[in-house]
Amino acid sequence: MTADDIREAVVEILSDIAPDEDLSGLKEEVPFRDQLELDSMDFLDIVMELRKQYRIQIPEEDYPELASMKSTVAYLEPVMKDIEK
Amino acid sequence: MYDTIIIGAGMSGLAAGIRLAHFNRRVCILERHSAIGGLNSFYRQGGRDFDVGLHAVTNYTPKGTRRGPLARLLRQLRLAWDELSLSPQVGSSIAFPGVKLKFSNNFELFRSEVVRAFPAQKDNLQKLVDELADYEQLGRGDTDRSARKIVSSFIDDPLLVEMIFCPLLFYGGAREHDMDFGQFSIMFRAIFLEGLARPLTGVRLILKRLVKRFKDLGGELRLRTGVDRIVVKDDNVEKVVLEDGSELEAGNVLSSAGWVETMRMCDDIEKADVQETGTLSFIESISVLDTLPQSLGHDRTIVFFNDSEKFAYEKPQGLADARSGVICSPNNFVYGEPLEEGIMRITSLANYDRWAELDQESYRLAKLRWYDRLVDSAVRFVPDFRSRVIETDMFTPTTIRRFTGHHNGAVYGAPKKRYDGRTHLDNLYICGTDQGFVGIIGTLVSGISIANKYLLKE
Repeated sequence: MTADDIREAVVEILSDIAPDEDLSGLKEEVPFRDQLELDSMDFLDIVMELRKQYRIQIPEEDYPELASMKSTVAYLEPVMKDIEK
Repeated sequence: MYDTIIIGAGMSGLAAGIRLAHFNRRVCILERHSAIGGLNSFYRQGGRDFDVGLHAVTNYTPKGTRRGPLARLLRQLRLAWDELSLSPQVGSSIAFPGVKLKFSNNFELFRSEVVRAFPAQKDNLQKLVDELADYEQLGRGDTDRSARKIVSSFIDDPLLVEMIFCPLLFYGGAREHDMDFGQFSIMFRAIFLEGLARPLTGVRLILKRLVKRFKDLGGELRLRTGVDRIVVKDDNVEKVVLEDGSELEAGNVLSSAGWVETMRMCDDIEKADVQETGTLSFIESISVLDTLPQSLGHDRTIVFFNDSEKFAYEKPQGLADARSGVICSPNNFVYGEPLEEGIMRITSLANYDRWAELDQESYRLAKLRWYDRLVDSAVRFVPDFRSRVIETDMFTPTTIRRFTGHHNGAVYGAPKKRYDGRTHLDNLYICGTDQGFVGIIGTLVSGISIANKYLLKE
């Protein structure tokens, strides 16, 4: 998957978790926590959705990498590069 | 072999089931009754739909709100706000002799009402609100601090203290007179700072939506399937034996049946400590009117009333206690279209033992007598609707016992909550009323949080 594919996949997960949110204006560098007021339960869900849908394991110490879209894509790119879209 | 068996298809069991099924766990919910819902159920009689339990959903926050328990549980269950079809209340009140305080889903109304009726308490109310902690995660509500003591240290007018406690105890008090300050904070937020709402068709709409979601995700729901016992081996549930004698195995068991009720199922426990069960139960009269309450001049959603300056939230000596109660008109929510018929529900404290010992004929007569007493008491605080009644029904503590399986028909379960959800067995957990918080939103969050904490780990 390319960086764009990964971005799309993350948006897909976020829209599943928060169906009422308009994600079209999501800012790359602003933490999800500040933009969407996601809490720790939601971050855990992002991790679990990635595991469920793409079978990737994210160790707990790496969770802070998922703070914003930019950092999430940067973190996932090497992990997901071999996954077929 | 299931990953998890859930006992009870009430709000908490269904919420936990959705979480587990969503993440591909093999999960089965066992429900003793032919109907789902448990404490928040519904039935049909004489061509009409009646709700048991819930008057209103507490913790209501408008669409677009991102914080608070409602927003959190929508995200956890992957629900859009519109799917619960919640309509906010018109407005409610707390009525004591000579004093009435209105409140709505906008806290400023309550604040101005307090200032009007108790001018000296203006700053004290604000100090109390500032003291309420943000129990954001709804994980724990026990602080081992008496709410009455703390509230009285801020509000020095005893009548106002009683009036603040009245709705909170009626809507969530599992013990007599008082509650823990942590739980008080949560209830105060749920009722005064957030607010009340209801779906047009009542609680059944929420339940049906949850069941559909659960089944669409591949979850299995078995109705009329009571658990006879839980077979224990080496500090673990070995298997679950059903009332028809068949056996099921699962990696984990999550019970929403109540703490004592669950302990009684375990075959390693000789005698569950019944002292730990709650004692507070209710009766409710339901009156269907040939007109809408508004046309009688009644626009309140809920009226919490008490006919003296002191509110006695305790198990009555007699069958019930009509000195205080909750009057709910399901019509008085802001729906897109009005309900077809006017309905008045009046709920008061009742004594389970006294109702349970009646023979069939005495029970029938007691229901008639207490219908009259409750309504006579209530019309002191709302317009007299007695001449417009076309149909009535009653439920009693024994009805509640039948629907919930709760010992004593205890609506809010045991006074002592088990916040961590664990039991003496490694793979048996509890959720629902005896684990965490009351109210629809509280109990849904209970199922979600216990599922997350223990049952979704790899």
